[in-house]
Amino acid sequence: MSRFLPEGLNAKIEVKNLNFFYGKVQALFDNNIDIAEKRVTAFIGPSGCGKSTHIRTYNRMYSLYKDHRAEGEILLDGKNILADDVDLIDLRSRVGMVFQKPTPFPMSIFDNVAYGLRLKGRFSKSELEDRVEQALKDAALWDEVKDSLHSLGTALSGGQQQRLCIARAIAVEPEVILMDEPCSALDPVATYKIEDLLTRLKERFTIVIVTHNMQQAARVSDFTAFFYLGRCVEFGPTDELFTKPKKKETEDYITGRFG
Amino acid sequence: MRPRSQGTRKVINFLSLLASGCAALIGIAFLIWILWDVIAQGISAINWQFFTQLPAPPGIKGGGLANAILGTIIITIIATVLGVPIGILAGTYLSEFGSGRLAATVRFLSDIFVSAPSIVIGVFVYAILVLPMHSFSGLAGGVSLAIIMIPVVTRTTEEMLRLVPNQMREAALALGAPYWHMVWNVAYRSARAGMLTGILLAIARVAGETAPLLFTALNSPYWPQGLTKPMANLTVTIFNYAMSPYSDWQAKAWGGALVITIGVLAANIFARVFIRSKKNKG
Repeated sequence: MSRFLPEGLNAKIEVKNLNFFYGKVQALFDNNIDIAEKRVTAFIGPSGCGKSTHIRTYNRMYSLYKDHRAEGEILLDGKNILADDVDLIDLRSRVGMVFQKPTPFPMSIFDNVAYGLRLKGRFSKSELEDRVEQALKDAALWDEVKDSLHSLGTALSGGQQQRLCIARAIAVEPEVILMDEPCSALDPVATYKIEDLLTRLKERFTIVIVTHNMQQAARVSDFTAFFYLGRCVEFGPTDELFTKPKKKETEDYITGRFG
Repeated sequence: MRPRSQGTRKVINFLSLLASGCAALIGIAFLIWILWDVIAQGISAINWQFFTQLPAPPGIKGGGLANAILGTIIITIIATVLGVPIGILAGTYLSEFGSGRLAATVRFLSDIFVSAPSIVIGVFVYAILVLPMHSFSGLAGGVSLAIIMIPVVTRTTEEMLRLVPNQMREAALALGAPYWHMVWNVAYRSARAGMLTGILLAIARVAGETAPLLFTALNSPYWPQGLTKPMANLTVTIFNYAMSPYSDWQAKAWGGALVITIGVLAANIFARVFIRSKKNKG
């Protein structure tokens, strides 16, 4: 049973009364959301509305910074990941992340994808090669790089770098993939490739994507949450939220009256 | 408003260009003069014997500075082996782990240390190593040079690591990497070219030091005889020979100066070319 999702859908992540602080500044106010398992959920909203802040709580990325603090509960499969005793390494191997700017490591394409795998455990050489190949295929990058696996990942084009980062994230087979504006630095062709990829990846992963681009949210997501001034103003199935928004702010934003 | 004449501005512009150009020329002229002098005077002392033989006694022709060249290399290696790891770890602490008062203090102290007079460090090592061991030694020489290296390496390591974008760190951590693993495999790798350059420049800097060695390694007319004995080295040899009344020794001092200058210059140029080629590759 889920609070916000239609019947028959399982909530992979349940966010309950989430508040977030940068030092003394409160950035999120009482967020409540359910993330449906094996669906794409999009976060939209104007710059500075808290959607990136929100997504960065799902893998506790904020814990890297001393004065960042979250209150409330985020249940991943029913377990609160904001609890102090959560093993962050374990959490992050279950909840992967792709960032706004492509972040290939300064190593070969192969080593980039193998990075997370090598962290997870010992693989035989052939097993490692198979998993890297599979991840690159899943990220629709294999055909472009199969002959240059040992050249630097940083030498790829922006769109290829971002797909490399997606391959790196899915290689470790996380349960959830967080994407923080993954296409904002990419051209339309590269963006199209990644959107296309998302629709195939959601068969295996629960995907949360932050985007500035409302058409993108409408195209790729099953559910959409609209954030405004640190609050989750509206959450619902994407087609409903875009065609008959319940809140005035949502309507104003998607019709382009502000944002 | 009364418009200023274009002419005045152009004159001022020309004069400032002239002044700064002259200042630059004066600066570089001294460098070229020194290089020219060292090469012109030193080249005649350089021959096969210079690199292969022990010094000859005063008044006797021939001989070389092979022991001093070897000694300088040994002392520099000791300094590098001791100083570089400590410097890198300290720099890593400052960039990756340090915050608050301890880090600020370490940063402040290493900034002071970078400009500490090297003779003070020589006297310090004399007190803590040479006196208790009852002997000048190559080891003490290496330690004093290491102490000079540490703050240099610390600060360049910190600065190079700070250039690594935070998102790169986050990307590694987001894959479930423990912090140390991220530092070792991602941050160091990103900062590698800059860190290596910093190390090379630090080595080049200490290789030409004289004052700390006067109090520590001293000098010797023999081949190095172990790390706990006085060790010949180029800079102190240059110092001694240049002050001597024998013209043959004075010539050797020029030769030694040429060797050390070329060595330090080569290390500097190599370091800079190295970082440039790395940067172009991205």
